[in-house]
Amino acid sequence: MKILVLAEINDGELAEDQTSKTISAAAKLGKVDVLCASNQCTDASAKLAKMENVENVLVLEDVLFAQSLAESYSETLIDTISSYSHVFAPSSSFGKNVLPRIGGMLDVMVISDVSKVISEDTFERPVYAGNAMQTVQSIDKVKLISVRTSNYDTVPLTGAANVKKIDFESNNSLTTFIENKMQTSDRPELTSAKVVVSGGRGVGSKENFEIIEGLADKLGAAVGASRAAVDSGFAPNDWQVGQTGKVVAPDLYVAVGISGAIQHLAGMKDSKVIVAINKDEEAPIFQVADFGLVDDLFKAVPEIEKKV
Amino acid sequence: MKILVPVKRVLDYNVKARVKADGSGIDLTNVKMSMNPFDEIALEEAIRIKEKGNAEEIIAVSIGVQQNQETLRTALAMGADRAILVVATDDVHNDIEPLTVANILAAIALKENPSLILCGKQAIDNDFNATAQMLSAKLKWSQATFASEIDIQKDIVRVTREVDGGLQTIDAKIPAVVSVDLRLNEPRYASLPNIMKAKRKPLEEISPADLGVEITQRLKVIKTEEPGSREAGLILENIDQLVEKIQENVGG
Repeated sequence: MKILVLAEINDGELAEDQTSKTISAAAKLGKVDVLCASNQCTDASAKLAKMENVENVLVLEDVLFAQSLAESYSETLIDTISSYSHVFAPSSSFGKNVLPRIGGMLDVMVISDVSKVISEDTFERPVYAGNAMQTVQSIDKVKLISVRTSNYDTVPLTGAANVKKIDFESNNSLTTFIENKMQTSDRPELTSAKVVVSGGRGVGSKENFEIIEGLADKLGAAVGASRAAVDSGFAPNDWQVGQTGKVVAPDLYVAVGISGAIQHLAGMKDSKVIVAINKDEEAPIFQVADFGLVDDLFKAVPEIEKKV
Repeated sequence: MKILVPVKRVLDYNVKARVKADGSGIDLTNVKMSMNPFDEIALEEAIRIKEKGNAEEIIAVSIGVQQNQETLRTALAMGADRAILVVATDDVHNDIEPLTVANILAAIALKENPSLILCGKQAIDNDFNATAQMLSAKLKWSQATFASEIDIQKDIVRVTREVDGGLQTIDAKIPAVVSVDLRLNEPRYASLPNIMKAKRKPLEEISPADLGVEITQRLKVIKTEEPGSREAGLILENIDQLVEKIQENVGG
């Protein structure tokens, strides 16, 4: 068994939380090597080398990897990747983009969004928006696993791995990067935040979403949204929590004006404590909330913001 | 140009999935099935591209059981020009894995030569989010996933992608495989006259063997279980109690 973890690095910046949790999942099977491919690898590889259970950090530095385009990544790295029996990546937009393409190239299935590594060939993953948990056994020669990182903790920074440069020939004639428009925010990142305040359709408009953001800022929280709120244009898609958005498991999840459709619950029901505010006492969100308040959010949320 | 749109027949979005008592999967007998919502978005986009004069033909493909022809009739009623049904199994519970789906679609693409394949980013049943990426690898075509904006230009398609933290724009060389995300568009409903017209549109039925593709299963399902459930908690009397609970759990 040889295990590789694909570190997520965006334009030279390591996605530390996601990558560390992916290493944590992979390390259930043994020591791992980590692939560090980006346009700038010095900082990222130094951080990766300290992560527990990492044996080797394989460094591939090229401007071609800056945006982790699927073709640049998979076509160039396929030889390195295919010499491993297990390849893990976070189930982020990076992992979901790159890993199945590698699967297509190697003619192996990808095991997406793994919530539990059971053994070297057996994994648990949610299906049907988390309405069922499926345990699957892979017969493929290479196991490609994307990890639901909210199910794992980060690894301690007690390691001292070898850092090795790898030779490669870069290749991507298919896609060209044009630009990124990233949401800049001082708020914590949604998937790793300790507290998340989310708004749903009940918030009513993009302007009203400021109420949610106000409470989030008071609590030092990340802002989330239900699919209904994103669909209605109240919130950007990268705030979406649920089956087709992000999966979060913070210490505290505050759901405001969210009815609690199964697709939303799929993304937050592993939160430690769930608080729900909704004026409809029949809302399904109250079936999963630890603490509920039946009240008008426009009255309740500003008052809570003042008092916390 | 020609656009290929794969459409999957899945348990309807509004129906709660129930785990079968023997743990073999989700019960799909006598439940409402519909087109995968992300595939509807992909099809809608193909129709809009055609309406703008940037495409001549839209081919919808579905892979699964005989009944998938209902899904294809819906696609034809929405605006696809013709349909291909690949009958790959006679049991609706037998989900065809993305890798096999990609092999079947690649074989069809080599026959039909589309310039663009528009896929939903994931099926809401198995939630794999893999077919488009595997298909573009099989064809060695360019790949643009999670599209929220698609602009067809001369030799490229400019795609704005929903990524963690924001939006990314890339140019993908045509032919391309593009997977679509939620905010790309809002799919239309088929009108009654179009539903009637769809009955006369061509629907070809083939088998994977006709395409020289073998159905394989790389992931054996060991068991399917209900997820651990949460208990409903306390309904609080007033805002002050809620403030107290929030304070107890912030940073806790």
